Amino acid sequence: MAKPKVAFYWCASCGGCEETIVDLAEDILKVVEAVDIVLWPVALDFKLKDVKAWKPGEVAVAFINGAVRLSEQEEWVKLLREKCSLVVAFGSCAHLGGIPGLANATTRDEIIANKYLRAPTVNNPEGTVPQEKSKVNGFELELPNFWKDVKALDEVIDVDYYLPGCPPPFETVATAVNAILENKLPPKGSVIAPEKALCETCPRNESKPDDLTITSFKRLATSTPDPEKCFLADGFLCMGPATRGGCGERCINGNMPCRGCFGPTPDVLDAGLKMLSAVASRGAADTEQASQDFADSLVDPLGTLYRFSLPVSMLRRRLVPTGDNQ
Amino acid sequence: MANEQFEPRIVGFLCRWCSYTGADLAGTSRMQYPANLAAIRVMCSGRVDPTFVVKALKDGADGVLIAGCHPGDCHYSEGNYKAMRRYPMLLNLLDQFGIECGRVRLEWISASEGERFAEVVTEFTEQLKALGPLNWQESISALCTGT
Repeated sequence: MAKPKVAFYWCASCGGCEETIVDLAEDILKVVEAVDIVLWPVALDFKLKDVKAWKPGEVAVAFINGAVRLSEQEEWVKLLREKCSLVVAFGSCAHLGGIPGLANATTRDEIIANKYLRAPTVNNPEGTVPQEKSKVNGFELELPNFWKDVKALDEVIDVDYYLPGCPPPFETVATAVNAILENKLPPKGSVIAPEKALCETCPRNESKPDDLTITSFKRLATSTPDPEKCFLADGFLCMGPATRGGCGERCINGNMPCRGCFGPTPDVLDAGLKMLSAVASRGAADTEQASQDFADSLVDPLGTLYRFSLPVSMLRRRLVPTGDNQ
Repeated sequence: MANEQFEPRIVGFLCRWCSYTGADLAGTSRMQYPANLAAIRVMCSGRVDPTFVVKALKDGADGVLIAGCHPGDCHYSEGNYKAMRRYPMLLNLLDQFGIECGRVRLEWISASEGERFAEVVTEFTEQLKALGPLNWQESISALCTGT
């Protein structure tokens, strides 16, 4: 029997998801024994025309990581959707928009201006910025369109399963691959991770007081968390109560509060707002001024509460262009 | 720029024990106030999840009023304190999303303060007229689509 074919592809991402596979080291040989890797841009050379030559449905599964922001990424993922029986959104960026999704807190024009015109290290007296079409020595050059908005993968193509995490731990990848190989698939649209919040399995759960009270938020840049204590009880914003478990508590074990990469538990409409509701109500403040001070101690609520999920949040992006304060 | 023709749509989450009864008093006392507010009765201002406020703004409201018992008077002893703590944090968050803090208002209105209720609705309506329409859906789709 022919081995099932598997494709890996990346969009707007850092390469960390690829690292999960590379981290297998020699165990990758076992994967290759079970499946044929037919596309993997990080490690092997394939071209668009190779993928176009595949028959629809010929490839069993595509693991696609990264958010979608370029017309080129859209072309690739639509093509992979057509050629692959299953599409798995691999990692936080494909699942929720991820860190690249934080670009929705600003605008395309601001990004281009900061990157190509204003940055102190940029010397660009002619004010050249990337153009979709340009002519150099008589040749017409093309760049992909840089969208105004960052999208999660399922906003661009139909997605069968989600593997959360930044990056997904290999155990969950193995679970997914085995489920596919043994044809024991969960219902379409499932997030392959536990449904309970991280606090359920957190090694520090015991140290969480019954009546949790937060006086003000501390920042990791200026304070070090107690290595034993519940982060929230210690005054650090930990996304554990609003985030799926199953990550192996990697951050917690490294003395870092949860940042929310596994995304919300099911049935939560907007994880950031739920988290805000939960932590704000646990504040020690009992006057309006004290409530204001408590709120102000959480610097950058948008970036903290939606670190991995801005494009899929209810408000999805900043409404008006950011002011030009340069 | 104030728009004379613009009538803001306001969603009001009113606590069942104080502010909703206060609104009732304003009505039975035949006090005049703008008809811009759609009242939703909730058991407590502490029950108003920030998700409700955001959903209202997203789905077409120009402003949201949260009204509850005065601090110290909560029927459930501390629900309104929860509302009080969430409110400034929600405003900080909305500011980062580009939504003016003047669009969400928290007020303490007791069951006997019908007049205060009418005042708050009048003031808030004027404030929102000055801010203009939010039009979240249209503004956001203009920012998300097109090349």
